[in-house]
Amino acid sequence: MAIFSVYVVNKAGGLIYQYDNHVPRTEVEKTFSFPLDLVLKIHDEKVVVSFGQRDGIRVGHAVLSINGVDVNGKNTSEGKEILEYLKDPANYPVSIKFGRARLSSNEKLMLASMFHSLFAIGSQLSPEVGSSGIEMLETDAFKLHCFQTLTGIKFIVLADPRQTGIDALLRKIYEIYSDFALKNPFYSLEMPIRCELFDQNLKGSLEVAEKAATFGPVS
Amino acid sequence: MSRQSNRTSDSKKMNSELFTLTYGALVTQLCKDYENDEEVNKQLDKMGYNIGVRLIEDFLARSSVGRCHDFRETADVIAKVAFKMYLGVTPSVTNWSPAGDEFSLILESNPLVDFVELPDNHNNLVYSSLLCGVLRGSLEMVQMAVDVRFAQDTLRGDNVTEIRMKFIKRIEENLPAGDE
Repeated sequence: MAIFSVYVVNKAGGLIYQYDNHVPRTEVEKTFSFPLDLVLKIHDEKVVVSFGQRDGIRVGHAVLSINGVDVNGKNTSEGKEILEYLKDPANYPVSIKFGRARLSSNEKLMLASMFHSLFAIGSQLSPEVGSSGIEMLETDAFKLHCFQTLTGIKFIVLADPRQTGIDALLRKIYEIYSDFALKNPFYSLEMPIRCELFDQNLKGSLEVAEKAATFGPVS
Repeated sequence: MSRQSNRTSDSKKMNSELFTLTYGALVTQLCKDYENDEEVNKQLDKMGYNIGVRLIEDFLARSSVGRCHDFRETADVIAKVAFKMYLGVTPSVTNWSPAGDEFSLILESNPLVDFVELPDNHNNLVYSSLLCGVLRGSLEMVQMAVDVRFAQDTLRGDNVTEIRMKFIKRIEENLPAGDE
């Protein structure tokens, strides 16, 4: 049971804070010899597996590192194109790490703004007047909980579907925000939160929430 | 004399005299810096505004007050919950205008002005201007534009301190989704 990540979105829809607590990373590193039996293609500036699954490497997994060195988009860290590199038999045997591609910070920013718009659409779709926006989004792998304050700030928590006590956690995060971000005179409103104490206290409260949930439902 | 600070969860008590002294030091320094009462009033109001925009989140996080639907509800929440939480006093809400858009908060005691006397050369100084700014700033963050001023001030010879609040308009830009 885990809390995966926390996002804080400001009034205008911009992401001002993001924390990945525990993202299940399935990464597989294997040594390959020429020729490579996986079909790779370039997608969104990353090299992903388009066909050929084996040993935990799935379609959609991206190349994360080659021979232990993290790749840079579709090039190796030295700037060579990965697909070209892997076509050359002289470079084999090669050890490649595959895994689910991590979201870059730009992608997270975009997703947060999109969620902000969807949140507004949620309240407009309502057949009843005065509905709130999206409070929970459920999939089979996670539940997204959202709490919007009266001032327009949104606190979003992505957690395991079985995790309980998220409502209380969202209120606690609001308290932590009002304490360690707002009471810091050097923090400007609506700007990205870069406060040590906020990070520390947030991590602490996530731990408490995770532990408390393992003993049963918490109000 | 000590009052509960706003940490209701840890119930730390702070000496209110330190608070009064701190505010007094702030006002006197501003007077020295600006030498003009009107300017000092403006600065205090600005500082209050900056406090207000942050204080509102603390208030909403700690009290479970929901959105107020009219100005009367707002007045009650300000007097009974907010003032109690932050200054330890509960003003009374009176003098409603016929249109219901203006009211007065009557404070029997004002913690900011304990032990304070205004000298003759500062007749135009509104000592507690900070409070006006705080109220204005916090309400602006919940989409209400208000005008706040002191109608009576014990420092200027009146019997009570009276804060007059007037509702100007609802701020329609940047409304959080779901409030229209």
